[in-house]
Amino acid sequence: MSFRNLTWGLADTWVMTKRNLIIWTRVPAIIVFTVVQPTIFTLLFRYVFGGAIPVAVPGGYVSYLLPGIVGQTAAFASMSTAIALAADVQKGVIDRLKAMPMARGAFLGGRLLSDILRMGVTVLVIVGVGYIVGFRFRNGFADAVAMIALAIALGAAICLVSAAIGLWLKNEESTQAFGLIWLFPLTFVSSAFVPVQSMPGWLQAFANNQPITHVVNALRGLALGLPLHDDLWLSFVWLAGIVAVFAPLAVRTYQRVS
Amino acid sequence: MEVFGLRKSFGEVHALRGIDLTVDRGTVVGLLGPNGAGKTTAVRILTTLLRPTAGHASVLGFDVVRQAAAVREVIGLAGQATSLVEELTGRENLEMLGRLYHLPKREAQLRARDLLDRFDLVDAADRQVRTYSGGMQRRLDLAGSLVGRPQVLFLDEPTTGLDPRSRIGMWEVIRQLVHEGATLLLTTQYLEEADELANEIVVIDHGEIIAVGTSDELKDRIGGDVIEFTVTDPANVALALQSVDGLCDGRVDVDDARIAVHVGSSGSELLLQVVRRLDGADVGVTGLGLRRPSLDDVFLALTGHAAENA
Repeated sequence: MSFRNLTWGLADTWVMTKRNLIIWTRVPAIIVFTVVQPTIFTLLFRYVFGGAIPVAVPGGYVSYLLPGIVGQTAAFASMSTAIALAADVQKGVIDRLKAMPMARGAFLGGRLLSDILRMGVTVLVIVGVGYIVGFRFRNGFADAVAMIALAIALGAAICLVSAAIGLWLKNEESTQAFGLIWLFPLTFVSSAFVPVQSMPGWLQAFANNQPITHVVNALRGLALGLPLHDDLWLSFVWLAGIVAVFAPLAVRTYQRVS
Repeated sequence: MEVFGLRKSFGEVHALRGIDLTVDRGTVVGLLGPNGAGKTTAVRILTTLLRPTAGHASVLGFDVVRQAAAVREVIGLAGQATSLVEELTGRENLEMLGRLYHLPKREAQLRARDLLDRFDLVDAADRQVRTYSGGMQRRLDLAGSLVGRPQVLFLDEPTTGLDPRSRIGMWEVIRQLVHEGATLLLTTQYLEEADELANEIVVIDHGEIIAVGTSDELKDRIGGDVIEFTVTDPANVALALQSVDGLCDGRVDVDDARIAVHVGSSGSELLLQVVRRLDGADVGVTGLGLRRPSLDDVFLALTGHAAENA
């Protein structure tokens, strides 16, 4: 790729990113929704279910919960990727753009970049909510930053899966209805809200060997200064694996979509 | 623009079954056909959005498969659905497209302003597109396809779904483009539209070209205009037929008291004569009118089946 192509690619990606960011400022409901849902979860688990869930971490259940909520929030933020892509295909926006001399990767790149930016903001808001209800980072600033970076990396990887799904479904409504159903078992049957040991054995087998559990354990370890065991490197392996499979899949689906 | 033996199949569905077509610079070709005839597939191949199953197509000498990037530099496309971003204003949409065509910021702004002015959208320029009427959205969409100053423009059913007034508005705008020498390929389901805008009409059905010609040539092939009337008193049918006899070489159909005279392309002049002669013979008639051939007539004549059943 020549230097000129590269700078155009970046410029086009930025144009698409700006477009998506402007859309959000015009439809504030989207932002409110993405922040409100995890806030409700935080309050619900902190004050309603939390008392009944025994955990052995410093700071009690709220310390246990928040890294889980952050992981779930990052994963669910990919919903907008799937829906927005499906809508752009359905409305024909993608046709116009594909028939233009713009950089090939800019459409998907801009989508992912804007979604990741927004996800970062949402994660920070949720950490803020956590602070209000009693959560505290217990392992210093650097590990707190590392925790947020890992959460965003998780969200980014899941965005690629959602991108492939949205481009494959090509319909805004069905994407809204079905595009993210798989995320519910993945986030709930994990260590995000309850210790995996409290689940029946057969479910533990799944919960202990899926990416959300590893990432959430790593987030928790970084936030609270707990031993990371194998969770950090297993998180990287899982995320790298997801990217390796779904990045090419999303790009191919984008190239073929019509 | 040249197309040879173009085929496209989606599994068992053969959308195009071998299309050959040449469009000269500065001409307007109307691709006319019913839903599902393959019009949109043809446009999508020519605009690099689909790869053909077989055959070749080139635009200004650039092959649409092997030199797709070069083709995209010289074409503009306005599809069936508007490709606008509803949450952005008209101006923002055009400026965004300008930036994606790699115009410098200032130039993208000027281009957007020119196009808004030209398409009569200045007053609505800073409103979000979702507040626009259907006609305004189509005009903005067409403006969007011109941002990159394309040498060849593709309009896929530019007026489908518009009310009659907006349709005529679109025609004005397209006619102006034609006047400025644009090379244009437009698809339409309406003979009237192809008639209004195109130099040459290509009739397509079931993925094949079934007729090519100017609108007059096509109309002559299908018998042209028809003057129809019903004789009030059935006893006068013979008298009526005698009155209109010899007016033209066309066929005369009689169905009870309903008479249809096929008058070729000179319907308006002959209509007056028919009225005078019937009046002179003192034959009372009702429902007198001039019927222009519709797409249905073209299809019926060319394929032996009605357009909707295609």
